[in-house]
Amino acid sequence: MENLTALSFELRKDVIDMIYKAKTGHIGGDFSVMEILVTLYFKHMNITPETAADPERDRFILSKGHSVEALYSVLAKKGFFPKSDLETYSQFTSKYIGHPNNKVNGIEMNSGSLGHGLSVSVGMAIAGKMNKSSYRVYTVMGDGELAEGSVWEGAMAAGHYKLDNLTAFVDRNRLQISGSTEYVMTQDSQDERWSSFGWNVIHAVGNNIDSLDRAIQSAKDTKGKPTIIIADTIKGYGVSFIENSAPWHHKVPSQEEYEKASAEIEQRRLAAIE
Amino acid sequence: MKKHQQKLSKGGLLQLSKIANRQAICDVLVEKAKTDKDIVVLCSDSRGSASLTKFADTYPEQFVETGIAEQNLVSIAAGLAKCGKKSFAASPASFLSSRSLEQAKVDVAYSNTNVKLIGISGGVSYGALGMTHHSCQDIAAMGSIPNMRVYIPSDHLQTRALIENLLKDEKPAYIRVGRNAVDNVYEEGNVPFSLNKANVLHEGSDLTIIACGEMVKPAADAAKALEEKGIEARVLDMYCIKPIDKEAVVKAAFDTKAVITIEEHTYIGGLGAMVAQIVSATYPKKVINLSLPDCPVVTGNSKEVFDYYGLNEEGIIKTAMELVGYAK
Repeated sequence: MENLTALSFELRKDVIDMIYKAKTGHIGGDFSVMEILVTLYFKHMNITPETAADPERDRFILSKGHSVEALYSVLAKKGFFPKSDLETYSQFTSKYIGHPNNKVNGIEMNSGSLGHGLSVSVGMAIAGKMNKSSYRVYTVMGDGELAEGSVWEGAMAAGHYKLDNLTAFVDRNRLQISGSTEYVMTQDSQDERWSSFGWNVIHAVGNNIDSLDRAIQSAKDTKGKPTIIIADTIKGYGVSFIENSAPWHHKVPSQEEYEKASAEIEQRRLAAIE
Repeated sequence: MKKHQQKLSKGGLLQLSKIANRQAICDVLVEKAKTDKDIVVLCSDSRGSASLTKFADTYPEQFVETGIAEQNLVSIAAGLAKCGKKSFAASPASFLSSRSLEQAKVDVAYSNTNVKLIGISGGVSYGALGMTHHSCQDIAAMGSIPNMRVYIPSDHLQTRALIENLLKDEKPAYIRVGRNAVDNVYEEGNVPFSLNKANVLHEGSDLTIIACGEMVKPAADAAKALEEKGIEARVLDMYCIKPIDKEAVVKAAFDTKAVITIEEHTYIGGLGAMVAQIVSATYPKKVINLSLPDCPVVTGNSKEVFDYYGLNEEGIIKTAMELVGYAK
């Protein structure tokens, strides 16, 4: 199997290139969610450019849509579109906008307004049950996103309908724009919240491929209830001066920061290979 | 007053044969779902008020209950549609067009999913329940969203034709129907219908009355009464508010001397506003908009509210007489 840890660093370089060129983007969340996307797309999900219209394909919704640069880098690597397309990211007339846009190959639904993805995924999972299809539905939410009330409407319905074909992730990096999630709105006690809605709760080290791999496999093996994977991540993971820093939610690196970050990403990519 | 009482008693007798528009929606869906297994109906604890209990009982495997959660209702409908289903999400128009407006915008219109949003008990149908339950801003709200079509059919026959037509496409739409059974505008077996084309119910060259929903019947009745007074009024049933039949509106502005619009909606961003915009940009004529005010409406049932604000046959006749005087 391809070294997915190294791949995650390779794709972080694509992300920082996009953001540095466009002077916009959400680098902190892109970096925290990267291993989740890589594990899904390169290990677990039944989806390729060739099967993009197959009714039996697995579905993915990036509910925390502002991490779209990470998704773009993954989809380009999967071959949904040429990597060179990403040079147009956020440029005049580009379809590669700052939130998922289903005019882009590989993107199922438009998102960006938080609190929608889980309910949309519930609809997709119910359709799968109705059609007796074997596909699975995945979605990733941010931890700050959990303050949206609509998340809990979706959580309630998924538990009610025992959607074991649905796996949701919380990118639990503990930071949002204004600071710590616990300062903005308490998000601890996730286990009790989700389990009381009828979900199977699994914890994973959210920037560790093996831990995520085990968690996703366990979700697949769980019958009779949906699974939430609380992925404990580090916001900005991969570049030491970006890690765990609220301002880097959407800060754009200076030239010096860009060069320094690129060097560290490459260093950590090489370390992962060794 | 005498006339009013006579009409009421006549209406009382007709009540037995009236069919509510919401009932027509259920009838079509029950009929079509026999062979079309992709039709899915979703309700937010609203199957009874949407007259969809029969569908839920007949096709439980094609029915999704979301509980009282309109945002979830719309997003789930979009997810189902994205996986090949033809989603019909029915909930009171008041909540569907405001509480779940963002889900309608993002998950339905922007993502272009095959979701038909059915706003039931629309306008002031809920009468004395008050502004929380009224949807007098839904045309403005839904109509302002790119890629969202807006329809307000006039009677159960047109409602049936509309739903049958909408089943043939895969685009988003919002359909508002009232709670009460209403008099037929059309006759069984004679329901001219071409999607997104207004129906001309009465020809005339003095003025045009453009109406939608429950206002179409009084508009047609008013035209007959005006005819007796020597005024020829054209009546357009503009059930397609968006995309509005622009050609019919431009023709009305060209052919006739003035336009009256009438709708169960505020004057802001509704049928009248759209018509005025077209008329003023093409063949400017006076446009009078009969509508609800920009405030909580007076307490009363639908008929009492309509009468209070002049949204009835008498109101149209009075306005027409004044307008024809002005135009001459």
